[in-house]
Amino acid sequence: MSNPNALLHRRDVVNELLRDRADLLVIGGLGAPNWDVSAAGDHPNNFPLWGAMGGASMIGLGLALAQPKRKVLVITGDGEMLMNIGSLASIAVEAPKNLTIAVLDNERFGETGMQKTPTASGVDLAAIATACGIRTSRIVRTMAEVTELRDLAHEGRGTAFAQIKINPEALVFVMPPADGVILTTRFRQSVLGDEALFN
Amino acid sequence: MAEAAKSRSEAAAALPTWPDEIYRVLKDAGIRQVAMVPDAGHSRLIRSFEADPETRVVTLTTEEEGVAMLAGAWLGGERGVLLLQSSGVGNCINMLSLPVICHMPLLMIVTMRGDWGEFNPWQIPMGQGTRPSLEAMGVIVNKVDEPHLVASAVQGAANLAFNTWKPVAVLIGQRVLGAKNFKELARK
Repeated sequence: MSNPNALLHRRDVVNELLRDRADLLVIGGLGAPNWDVSAAGDHPNNFPLWGAMGGASMIGLGLALAQPKRKVLVITGDGEMLMNIGSLASIAVEAPKNLTIAVLDNERFGETGMQKTPTASGVDLAAIATACGIRTSRIVRTMAEVTELRDLAHEGRGTAFAQIKINPEALVFVMPPADGVILTTRFRQSVLGDEALFN
Repeated sequence: MAEAAKSRSEAAAALPTWPDEIYRVLKDAGIRQVAMVPDAGHSRLIRSFEADPETRVVTLTTEEEGVAMLAGAWLGGERGVLLLQSSGVGNCINMLSLPVICHMPLLMIVTMRGDWGEFNPWQIPMGQGTRPSLEAMGVIVNKVDEPHLVASAVQGAANLAFNTWKPVAVLIGQRVLGAKNFKELARK
């Protein structure tokens, strides 16, 4: 395992990914990534997940296909991504240009007592994404690389995947609204306009 | 010659029409994304969607991916349908929390196994568990066992899903699909 002192801090990473977010659409995966996205600022264009473990990336796919002119960024954790790792195959085949998946990899199931995930034993998510056919796929270890990833996500020139090695720190929870109807309705109203309220 | 033509027209008449009917129903309902794990019973409908430049057909590695994908589609203003076999319903259970708690539409068209005339005992547990599992999760279920009722069942389910933001499943029974018998096939 790498030197924990050199590992990135998750909220620095997410703040940078969401810097000048403009009309970026963001899916926050169950657990700490939800709190990280919310800590960067509650926003109607966030869809933070309080459940549906394993679903974040595929929600991103459906959204990216429905909104090809908007950029979609999925921010999730290693445990959440591993639960439906096959999604990377489904997504690679569709290859929407406007979808980026950023996995905050602390090598832990953080919400349940910091038990190790398979990435702690060397499972290489970026290599899995590459093998599925996502050509822009990388492991990120520095803030300069986070900035590059931020730019890729905002430019939307091809499906991108990143496994971002972060410190396994437990931070204060910053919670978005928990009501799924509020999250869904305000997201749709923001993206689709007031018309969304009438259908 | 006349005999051959007659047998061809008889074969055409024997082809079920409901897959083409539900394709039209789903088009009229504005379906743009088709998420699926294939089943033989859905093969004709899948071919229709694959030939349709207005729809995106996404092959999943497991059916729960489709529940999540169609939630994303709805967030982005598109309507979709999930095509799956009854065994795949079991793979969806926890992910169904998403449309249930968010009041999102979800239209599932499920072809049954482990139902009428099943020959494979391993299909029975999930086949018999399909309806109760869906209902336990809050999905509205309508099973159809007659070919001429399939299209109206799908139309009603689509209206219910997209007008009332509910997950709705149509189960197409083996009386409609015909039951396979691999034992007979093995003897041939």
